[in-house]
Amino acid sequence: MTSSASGMAEQVQPTAGPSTEGPAALVEVRGVSKRFGGTLALDDVSVVLRPGEVHAFVGENGAGKSTLGKVVAGIYTPDAGEVWVRGQHVDRWDPARAQSAGVAMIAQELALVPELTVAQNVFLGIEEHRWGMLRGSLASRYRALDARVGFGLDGSAVVAELSIADQQKVEILRALARDAKVIVMDEPTSSLSAQETARLHDVIAALCAQGCAVVYVSHFLDAVLEVSDQVTVLRDGVRILSRPVAGMSKEDMIEAMLGRKLESVFPPKAPRPEAVEPVLRVESLATDTGVVDASLTIRPGEIVGLLGLVGSGRSELARALFGADARTGGSVWFDGRELPQRWSISDAVGAGMAFVPESRHHDGLVLDRSVRENVSLAHLDRFSSTGALSSRSEKDVVRRTMEDLEMRPLAIELPVGGFSGGNQQKALLGRWLLGEPTLMILDEPTRGVDVGAKRTIYRAIADMAARGMAVLVISSEHEEVLGLAHRAYLVSGGRTVAEVDPDAVSTDEIVRTLFSVEDEE
Amino acid sequence: MATTTAPSSRAFSGRDALLFIRDYAVLLLIAVLVVVLAVVSPSFFSAANLMNIVNQNVPLAIIAAAGTFVIISGNFDLSTGAIFSVGAVVAAYVAVETQNPWLALATAPLCGLLLGLLNGVAVTTLKVHSFLATLATSMVFSAIAVLITKGSLITVSVDGFSELGRGRIGIVFYAVIVMIVFVALLWFLLNGTVFGRHVFAVGGNQHAAELSGVRVSRLRLSVFALSGLAAGLAAAIGVSRIASGQPQVGLGMELDAIAAIILGGTSINGGIGAVWRSVAGVFLIALIGNGFDIMNLNPQLKDLATGVIILAAVGLSAIGGRRR
Repeated sequence: MTSSASGMAEQVQPTAGPSTEGPAALVEVRGVSKRFGGTLALDDVSVVLRPGEVHAFVGENGAGKSTLGKVVAGIYTPDAGEVWVRGQHVDRWDPARAQSAGVAMIAQELALVPELTVAQNVFLGIEEHRWGMLRGSLASRYRALDARVGFGLDGSAVVAELSIADQQKVEILRALARDAKVIVMDEPTSSLSAQETARLHDVIAALCAQGCAVVYVSHFLDAVLEVSDQVTVLRDGVRILSRPVAGMSKEDMIEAMLGRKLESVFPPKAPRPEAVEPVLRVESLATDTGVVDASLTIRPGEIVGLLGLVGSGRSELARALFGADARTGGSVWFDGRELPQRWSISDAVGAGMAFVPESRHHDGLVLDRSVRENVSLAHLDRFSSTGALSSRSEKDVVRRTMEDLEMRPLAIELPVGGFSGGNQQKALLGRWLLGEPTLMILDEPTRGVDVGAKRTIYRAIADMAARGMAVLVISSEHEEVLGLAHRAYLVSGGRTVAEVDPDAVSTDEIVRTLFSVEDEE
Repeated sequence: MATTTAPSSRAFSGRDALLFIRDYAVLLLIAVLVVVLAVVSPSFFSAANLMNIVNQNVPLAIIAAAGTFVIISGNFDLSTGAIFSVGAVVAAYVAVETQNPWLALATAPLCGLLLGLLNGVAVTTLKVHSFLATLATSMVFSAIAVLITKGSLITVSVDGFSELGRGRIGIVFYAVIVMIVFVALLWFLLNGTVFGRHVFAVGGNQHAAELSGVRVSRLRLSVFALSGLAAGLAAAIGVSRIASGQPQVGLGMELDAIAAIILGGTSINGGIGAVWRSVAGVFLIALIGNGFDIMNLNPQLKDLATGVIILAAVGLSAIGGRRR
């Protein structure tokens, strides 16, 4: 047992030290669980972080690797389990305690003040002062810090003008300025070039040489193999393995990441419609938001899936079809006509398109309003001829729709924000089902939803297709797409790179393809 | 003060008390004030005094009722006071020029509608925050009002011009009837129509509304037009009452209206609110003022009391507000 971190003394209860081999752990989490609504994001996971080691958390989208990173960094307080810092058990792990224990997180979305200089950002909140007046030279303090890691970054440069890689360095310096000993990096290379990635890896090596522990959360397996000493593989919130990287291959990691299939939660697929003309035909679609060249078709009654990693452009493709983002190239035919270049959301709704967005809270629901108002929002015209609403018919229709979707409790007058994730998702689905659209676009239809609600949503999706709706399903859970869709497209780097038959491929092959395509870029 | 426990993920019960206070605090406070004032001063609880209080606050109540739409939709209209001034001086000008009282009074709401539309265009096309856009337009409108009167005031001595503001049936002023009808219409517009539903949705979650096919720009435009129309209507009543067009007559009304709306529990963040509560907010502020008058309290403390009560109301709205 080593001394406790300064400022932690009163919160720390000295107990028996953890059982460890090798150097003493800086931070150890034991048997932590974390639940979001109905989903168990982490289930009894333990990880040991030792000084001088890079520890990678890997897994498929939604496996819980980012959640685990955030638990380590104190951003999420675990529902169960223990956190130990330097051999001492810590009660109630939260951001303030994590910070005073020397744990820092560098999130995927960098949190810098773009208008301030590098040095001002690094020392933001820990400026030396007397009675509120700045003292001492920020510049000399900054130079001393920079010399420790040798970034050679100009302290007087304005952050907004730096590259993403340099901004990441500012975040690292900021962590070091607060005496961070454990630095959690969430997908640090996702917006870096190969060259910048190599430089970041050098920086990480330098940090380790100084006795820091680095947590490296990533889905770039080649990068993980190159930089890490330890790897923890997660699947569905469960730790599959935790071991030294030496001797492991990329194949080994992929094997561990994949695993049991979801048991028969999927309804039987209706026969694939062949003879009918596609209701949607997309050719070489491009946008400013990350779609480069996407082509696809969907027939009435057909469920088509998009498979891709986060950031592949799959959601952006959906948004462009729905008129939420502008198209900059390509053409789209829908329901027998070519869509004009100026294509708004209200045009799309009028033409019979429906879109259940990825983020329920940000893009989907008006949380303070009732379930009824949220469900009827897109089709209020149905309940009014003159602009005045007929609340009777609105209530009846919403109630029937939500009954079909097995919402429980069926309390449609309560604010939707108070319901579980599954019920919220059903409300969003109900909003569009109510209009019987021609094309239903579903982006992550079951994210953060419990298994029971998942089953209901899958059945609802199959029913839509059975009624002749064309359905486009986007999901990070590849099994979900394979279990539901008649056909699927692989999306990578904003392109539809291949079409696959869900019944003839395995999730293994898809993950292999997606990860190899991704790593080539 | 009751303290609430941390809301669970299914927060149906814990915040109910707080929400109730937020929704009905105005009525509660009004009831308390009425009782206290009735006990303290027998002259307070007379039909004539009560009718006077209502009548005096008709213009503000009309502005606050429409302003509620603006705030619920997540916007601000800082130009209603200036629109009130323009409406008043234009009506006075037209009355003097045409000697037709009803034509003159009708120009005020029209004028308000036009200026409100201008606000809407400024907000939606320039994509400036409505706080800034209407702050700027309010200066422009104030200047227009001064230009029309050439800096002085326009006295109206046209038969029938004061009828709208001062006339009454029995003890009920025409103006009060106009207010009741207007507020009732707006109440229905907010709660019983597609438009009203969209106002709540845009203020509650603009992205969600947009992705549901709500035309957000058009809605904003309509909300500002409505606010302008109301300020113009209020101006018609106000100018009819004083029978003269004064370019500074609406000064500060926009802030009084916003204060009343907030006092009524409408969320400054948008998405939550009610027309009737804003009107109640107007009368709560009016009662505080009236109380100071009839109890012979130091009138310099009137604003202090009003300010403290508004602060308390805003605090409540923040606590009962969102867990965003």
